Amino acid sequence: MYLLDTLFSKTPSKSSDSMTKPIYLDYAATTPMAQQAVEAMLHCLTLEGEFANPASLQHGFGERAEKIVEQARFQIAQILNCKANDLVFTSGATESNNLAIKGMALSHQKRGKHIVTSASEHKSVLDTCKYLESQGFTVSFLRPDAQGVFSLQDVLQALTDETILVSLMHVNNETGVIQELETIAQALQERGIFFHVDAAQSAGKLPIDLSKTPIDLLSLSAHKFYGAKGVGCLYVRNRKKTALAPLLHGGGQEFGLRPGTLPTHQIVAMAIAFKIAHQRMAADFQHCQRLEQILIAQLHQLDGVCFNGNPQQKLPNILNVSFENVGADALIIALRDEVAIASGSACNTGAMEASHVLRAMGIEGDRLYGAVRMSFGRYTTEAEIIQAGQRICAEVTRLRQLALE
Amino acid sequence: MIYFDHNATTPVDERVLEAMLPFFSSYYGNASSLYKAGRLTRSAINTAREQIAALAGASATQIIFTSGGTEANALALHTNNPRTQLAISAIEHPSITESALKLKQQGCPLEIISVDPHGLVDENAIDALQIRAPAIVSIMLANNETGCIQAVAKYTDKLRAVGAIVHTDAVQALGKIPVDFKQLGVQRMSISSHKIYGPKGCGALIVDDDTLIEPFLVGGDQEKGLRAGTENVAAIVGFGKAAELALAELSSRSEKLLALRLKLEAALVEIPNLTIFAQHQTRLPNTVQFGIAGIDGEMLLMQLDQKNIAVSSGSACASEGGQPSPVLTAMGIETTLAKSAIRVSLGKQNTETEIYQFITTLKALFLKTNLR
Repeated sequence: MYLLDTLFSKTPSKSSDSMTKPIYLDYAATTPMAQQAVEAMLHCLTLEGEFANPASLQHGFGERAEKIVEQARFQIAQILNCKANDLVFTSGATESNNLAIKGMALSHQKRGKHIVTSASEHKSVLDTCKYLESQGFTVSFLRPDAQGVFSLQDVLQALTDETILVSLMHVNNETGVIQELETIAQALQERGIFFHVDAAQSAGKLPIDLSKTPIDLLSLSAHKFYGAKGVGCLYVRNRKKTALAPLLHGGGQEFGLRPGTLPTHQIVAMAIAFKIAHQRMAADFQHCQRLEQILIAQLHQLDGVCFNGNPQQKLPNILNVSFENVGADALIIALRDEVAIASGSACNTGAMEASHVLRAMGIEGDRLYGAVRMSFGRYTTEAEIIQAGQRICAEVTRLRQLALE
Repeated sequence: MIYFDHNATTPVDERVLEAMLPFFSSYYGNASSLYKAGRLTRSAINTAREQIAALAGASATQIIFTSGGTEANALALHTNNPRTQLAISAIEHPSITESALKLKQQGCPLEIISVDPHGLVDENAIDALQIRAPAIVSIMLANNETGCIQAVAKYTDKLRAVGAIVHTDAVQALGKIPVDFKQLGVQRMSISSHKIYGPKGCGALIVDDDTLIEPFLVGGDQEKGLRAGTENVAAIVGFGKAAELALAELSSRSEKLLALRLKLEAALVEIPNLTIFAQHQTRLPNTVQFGIAGIDGEMLLMQLDQKNIAVSSGSACASEGGQPSPVLTAMGIETTLAKSAIRVSLGKQNTETEIYQFITTLKALFLKTNLR
């Protein structure tokens, strides 16, 4: 009906397309949608599909919409190994992070006004914490080691009697570095301190078992795992105990934690995309590993190349690289019609600021200002990686020569 | 199957869906990125801004995209200053009422502006407001239940003169009647995509002075830093297209809807003991809410549902509970009559045949005793 075939035939790998369509190496910013997720979405939009308001329980149209929303909630919960009713749909990870941190701070401030997070978190966590500082909270921003990792010791040392919440990301969005969570989660549980994890970059790429790891709040975003933009969720363990204070009021949807009409189509697509990502986890991982190896080998042909983040403890789909004597901005702009890469988070737009993540890792000078992020995924082909690698090497060489002239 | 619940949500127009399709898969850049794919999506978002601004009588730069009407309403009222005085009408959507009550808990003084039995904001109540800056006053443009349209423009000068920021919730009005942000003279206005045949998950707050906005979703430079989070590109593009179509078809749609509504009302008034709420007010062309003394509204809804007719009692955001509609209560409608309320909200694909089917079914149901 909607000529999906023609839509999806536009894979960037075709050589005829390669001149016009840039190679997309910014999967950490957002991913294209999985075809099955798009198809599922199309059934929830028009008059023939489940378009009704899932809160309109006074008629069959609404009941059917509610049913598929609840199915989606159940499917996501099954993969995370949690209860369906522990999941609250939001507009994405930014909202989930805001809700988790502000919501916990507000409802537990009588117990203490101290929060622990890290200096290398996503901006939605950092800015929320800075807002709370303006409201009288104290926040400790942990610094990772030079490889981007925290130890249990780092976390424990930052705790005080006033600490109510620790918020750490599972996988860093700029370096791909994986933070081990199990021991931290256990230690915090023993101390009765709530633990929030921003899993936007890890969901669908690393296994997360909420029945085993005592995480209290977990943020997910669909558009990082081939679902639609504009939807995510927050896992809230034991709603009575966490007593999260909502950001939005009125409407009663999502157990009163997040009112507003639920975007049925986005939620249904999120569940399907998450299921596919879960099923393909090993295959996607290996595919990215192979691509990463190729790209690293190519970039090693250049002198003065430096990879940022612990190579032993990172996801293979994100590669953070600094090129000596080449500014990241110059490289990104020079390549922007051919290869889509970024200097860091897309949430720090246009503003050509050096990465706060790398800065927190103690990286400075040229290595800091020359860092670019290449991120790829399921639909990136070897041919694209090779071509992109060649273009990047050529451009780095050209920019270095220009600098000498 | 007859769908008469368009004030709860509308199906996405096929033309809107077509505009959205490429943004699910072909153009998947993050709009905040510098490279070509990112620039393509950014320019699509800017086009949508223009389309929406044209429908709403605003300029493109005044639009802040949100996840929907509820978030737009929350953002409109949000303040960290507990000295901010708030005043809202007694018939606001729960997202306004509940946000205001929450702010009241945090110390903000709150006044409720009463409405008359016809659902109109009481002008004397506006004059009697004891407010001075900083203050935010919220009066909805068209009510989601009765469809009653408020003379918002009449009050804005008065309210602004005492230093209040005036907000209107135009979620139900947009696309059904002409809505002009500038002419209304308000400083903030909420709108939503899924009420105008666009997708769910997208709305906007229109603001004339964004320096006064206190964002509550932080952590990203999107929407000038006033609303962080990766832009919901496909939905924004859909909202834009829906706005473009709504503007082009505004008069044809509203003429058709009004004609259908009048046919429906002509038949309704023949039913004994039936009251049309806000009957003699200027209402949205698609909305009629009525009650029938002595009838159990919930039961009637269920029976209509069994006949595959989807109507509602009032707001979907307030379904469940068994309480009479706060809107009707505020209008002084007696509880039993309010509990019998049925809202019919028509849409652009509804037909005359459906109206007659509805009337026939309704009349047949009344012959049964179990509704009484």
